[in-house]
Amino acid sequence: MAALSEASGVSVRYGGVAALTDVDFAVSAGETVAIIGESGCGKSTLGRTLLLLQPPTSGNVRFRGEDLTALPARALRQRRRFMQMMFQDPYASLNARMTIGETLAEPLVVHGLATWRTARPRVAQMLARVGLDPGVTSRYPHEFSGGQRQRIAIARAVIAGPDLVVADEPLSALDITVQGQILDLLAALQAAQTLTYVFISHDLPVVRHIAGRVAVMLGGRIVEQGPPAEVFATPAHPYTQALLAAVPIPDPALARARMATAAALPAATPAPPNACPFVPRCPAARPICAESMPPLRDIAAHRSAACWLNEVPA
Amino acid sequence: MTETLLDIANLHVRFGATTAVAGACLHVSKGEAVGLVGESGSGKSATILAALRLHPADARISATRLTLGGQDVLTLPQPALRRLRGRFAAMIFQDPLTALNPLLTIGTQIAEVLTRHRALSRADARGQAAALLTQVGITDPARRLAQYPHEFSGGMRQRAMIAASLAGDPALLIADEPTTALDVTVQAELVRLIAGLQRQRGMGLLWVTHDLALMAGIVDRVVVMYAGRVMESGPVAALYANPRHPYTIALLESLPRLDQGRGRVLAGGPPDLTRPTSGCVFAPRCSARMPRCVQAPPVFAAGDSHVACWLAAPAGAEVAA
Repeated sequence: MAALSEASGVSVRYGGVAALTDVDFAVSAGETVAIIGESGCGKSTLGRTLLLLQPPTSGNVRFRGEDLTALPARALRQRRRFMQMMFQDPYASLNARMTIGETLAEPLVVHGLATWRTARPRVAQMLARVGLDPGVTSRYPHEFSGGQRQRIAIARAVIAGPDLVVADEPLSALDITVQGQILDLLAALQAAQTLTYVFISHDLPVVRHIAGRVAVMLGGRIVEQGPPAEVFATPAHPYTQALLAAVPIPDPALARARMATAAALPAATPAPPNACPFVPRCPAARPICAESMPPLRDIAAHRSAACWLNEVPA
Repeated sequence: MTETLLDIANLHVRFGATTAVAGACLHVSKGEAVGLVGESGSGKSATILAALRLHPADARISATRLTLGGQDVLTLPQPALRRLRGRFAAMIFQDPLTALNPLLTIGTQIAEVLTRHRALSRADARGQAAALLTQVGITDPARRLAQYPHEFSGGMRQRAMIAASLAGDPALLIADEPTTALDVTVQAELVRLIAGLQRQRGMGLLWVTHDLALMAGIVDRVVVMYAGRVMESGPVAALYANPRHPYTIALLESLPRLDQGRGRVLAGGPPDLTRPTSGCVFAPRCSARMPRCVQAPPVFAAGDSHVACWLAAPAGAEVAA
């Protein structure tokens, strides 16, 4: 099946810093794919690159088969209706000077789907769908709680009927009980309008339950990929293992036992050029790991990993 | 009997028409780690700000008891209060960038606490500061002391803030969501670091958080707040294994777990704190609501556990407050 969104051989450099290095990543229609990894691993850059909010330094980004990097600006703007971004902090991403009605009508007006006047019924309908009172259109973002603002941000992202939504840590600013409500809402919208989600997150338990596939990123590369149930049960990359070992356990006895026994993970330090980015911290590193970056290779059906441990016998 | 470091009884905090805290009780003893858990609007932050008298000037505060190291926080003169803060009770914040001065080196900021609270000479302070950085797991402390906060990663900055908070050799450490914005691996290391420091130094620790998972391994006792009230408190093992207040149950059930389900969703939101209610504040969202919940429940005590819920009123339980 053709991918809805696809990055091939994508690299992004900011000045001399490589944010993404030769990344291949594809999402099919209707999928929920999670990207996890520490800050600076490139997960947000990859999300932004899929929408061409961040142009790649090299490589191609396709959407519905079309190379976005080759499109003229005007055509790209038209495609934006079908690919939207959702941010972590709805307070920062919503315009404080626009009413909720204007905030939601704007994407419809910008993409020529309605006028400010004719947008009104669709805005009211959208508000109801995200669980807000359709009567709040004349109010401003600061009048809402964090959870309500995230609902508004979600409504804005999906009102123009996108196919692809890249959600960058949409839950991390929210209380735990609100997170559950927002996850329910995202699932309901996905079912109702066949949305495809790229879900950037650091919350492994959430990813485990909402994503059909997870990509683990480190140092600007994907180092492991597969269905979360399998990846989290039998992680093939030592970095994935380290991430899993750091997931808080809401059980006092187990949490204490792990804290007493788990080895400390050294602080992140830069790896030599061409080396595996995990080499300075990896408890299982071998000489080859400091010399060359292992390729991302299939290790089982639907699973891949980039680690020499999976290739070279000890 | 163990020494009580922080003792709060029947605390009320009001801002304008908002009642942020309504009758909260909380205490931390020497060597004890207490988790104060609550979501936005639960009153947990207002409670700790009141405990250090750091609340905004327009807040109206009353309490039957509000003491730090046995001294009445609300009536203490400013100079004595300043000695108490930092020296007796130190605080670490969620965002070290707002707590650290960007224009001063890390060394200067730690040395400042040392010279102010411990009357050390500049040279001694410098040596002590380096020792503190080592204690919080920062390698190459001599070089690090000369650096500015922006030269530190998020996790390192948080370690530096912990070092600064320890400089006054506090008896009580108050940690307000100190790991929230950090990567999970960094988070796990910091939790381990703070727990270790607390044990080594025999400090009291008040860990303020919305995250029931993260603190499970480091606290002895948990206090759960909702809408300005304490819903439940008790020893950590009992509270996680056998939560008694429906809100505590809902919070624990809402946690997504790697090995179990996605978690159950608690519908609705917290009440409007500008509208006082005579009933239980959680009743509108409670799946175990009963007719008598229109009346606010008292706090029922059973051993070390306290529960503000009518469900916890079996024969034998007594009214504690």
